[in-house]
Amino acid sequence: MEKSKWPPGDLVIWIFIMAELLVFGIFFAAYAFTRANHVELFNTYQATLDRNAALINTLALITSSYFVVRAVAAIKMDDSRKCFQWLLAALFMGLVFLLVKGIEYQHHFSQGISLSTNTFYMFYLSMTFFHFLHVILGMVILIAVALKARAGGYSARQHDGVETGASYWHMVDLVWMVLFPLVYVMN
Amino acid sequence: MKYQSQKVAKLYFIAAIGLFVGQILFGLIMGMQYVVGDFLFPEIPFNVARMVHTNLLIVWLLFGFMGASYYLVPEEAETELFAPWLAHLMFWVFLAAGAATILAYLLVPYAALAELTMNDLLPTMGREFLEQPTITKIGIVIVVLAFLFNIGMTILKGRKTVVNLVLLMGLTGLAVFFLFAFYNPTNLVMDKYYWWWVVHLWVEGVWELILGSILAFILIKTTGVDREVIEKWLYIIIAMTLITGIVGMGHHYYWIGAPEFWQWWGSIFSALEPIPFFMMTVYAFNMVNKRRRNHPNKAAVLWALGTAVMAFLGAGVWGFLHTLAPVNYYTHGTQITAAHGHMAFYGAYVMIVLGMISYSMPLMRGRELCNSARSQSLEMWSFWLMTISMVFITLFLTAAGILQVYLQRFSDNPMDFMVVQDKIALFYWLREITGVIFLIGLIVYIASFFIGQDEPEATVEPLK
Repeated sequence: MEKSKWPPGDLVIWIFIMAELLVFGIFFAAYAFTRANHVELFNTYQATLDRNAALINTLALITSSYFVVRAVAAIKMDDSRKCFQWLLAALFMGLVFLLVKGIEYQHHFSQGISLSTNTFYMFYLSMTFFHFLHVILGMVILIAVALKARAGGYSARQHDGVETGASYWHMVDLVWMVLFPLVYVMN
Repeated sequence: MKYQSQKVAKLYFIAAIGLFVGQILFGLIMGMQYVVGDFLFPEIPFNVARMVHTNLLIVWLLFGFMGASYYLVPEEAETELFAPWLAHLMFWVFLAAGAATILAYLLVPYAALAELTMNDLLPTMGREFLEQPTITKIGIVIVVLAFLFNIGMTILKGRKTVVNLVLLMGLTGLAVFFLFAFYNPTNLVMDKYYWWWVVHLWVEGVWELILGSILAFILIKTTGVDREVIEKWLYIIIAMTLITGIVGMGHHYYWIGAPEFWQWWGSIFSALEPIPFFMMTVYAFNMVNKRRRNHPNKAAVLWALGTAVMAFLGAGVWGFLHTLAPVNYYTHGTQITAAHGHMAFYGAYVMIVLGMISYSMPLMRGRELCNSARSQSLEMWSFWLMTISMVFITLFLTAAGILQVYLQRFSDNPMDFMVVQDKIALFYWLREITGVIFLIGLIVYIASFFIGQDEPEATVEPLK
């Protein structure tokens, strides 16, 4: 195997990832500062969130990240078929995430909760929904990579695309790893 | 110039420059009225001068974008324009409608114009930037649809490049968002809410795609850098633009009665709007540094680099200055806004249109690659005159704005609006003087089309 280059994937995706992390970072900071001024409000409404659902989703994303790692490993061994299959598995876990999160949203909306209900819900809905959109975008990218992998578009020598998609997907996962404790657990 | 039909762009560019002159003249009239209140009254009241100044800006930029598209799309698609006759016809329709509307602003009282054009049948008039009579708005829609059809069909029948597709996306967005000019709900909050979708989703969203693709085209042509590299940057820039710009536009929703979450959404997303502009600056300089050849059209390269820098400063930095809700609480609608508006429009949209004219006009006028050294030297003089005076206009307005915010809204004993206006008059005078220098720059710019035309083309040392 040739020496891995740094950073993996296309450099441009890293610029994009950094910009995305900056957006989330500002959101997290704003959340933290606002919470400091409304600790009681935040603690009260945090208790209404479904931690089990969020835990399932955390596991779903970690697992999917693992599958993506296996996909990259597979293509490095020149195994396009395995790469495709691991990507499918990762996509399935992404789907699980969307489904669980969708049920959570449905529950909130049925109770008439909206962005204007209070500051906690404003942050909770904005940040998780913005992340939700990123899961969808990440899945679109993984689908594109998976289709190209199935068509034999990557090889052990040339698999920048797989690494690019994987990097983006890990970013989506990483953001959730911060979101989950920050919004659901810490009080 | 590779395709005959590209030449239709020339008409559009000439009209654009003509209207640009008009815009600046009315800007100067209005700038004078800031300090000499009854200047040219009652012939040209302030509100009319302002309307003409802003409307002309938008119309000439539209002419510029259309011209740029008619030039760039056939070359990228590697085919003649789908219907050159339609492009010609629409030019005259647009020019006639535009000229008639401006004349009507100047000659007929606004209320009478509304009555004359039967505004009550479908009321759309009376809102900032959307003052045009309904019939003119319908005309704009027809012209833009015909233009989109022409451009779209050309792209369909030819090579599909990223530059063309991004441009088409931007132009389609332009057309779609203009339709909100016809939506005029009676609820004032709703009215304002959608009003922002027209000009401001343009400048913070879809127009940036137009800017990005024209800039990419100029860079591909003048630097000889691989298309793939430039396209990759373009993708990332437009993705960031759309993510930050569309929601970031919510920074206009802070105080109009929209839900409170907009103060968060607007602040956070718009605070990131400078990022795509910064990327554009980095990318433009990077591409020029990595150039495979020295292009003899130095003026065009100067405009391309200039637009990247000035758009970042004007739209990015000066936008960020007052975009956070707690800051905007004090600065909303002051001269800070005017400072930002001037430099952003000049940096992002005026300069890119002038850059495209600079690249393409010599070719359409029969040159091989570029104008003579003398013409280019004049053009570069005009670049610096206009750009530096715009920097100073922005600085003076910013100073005026800071004073205004302090005296009128922040100090312990806030003063009346008009009292404050008197106190900051010095800065208005300085702005007006700088405006005259801008006009001189514009005259030099126009002169560069005539002086040095009979001299041979400029040449450059080949890249070592």
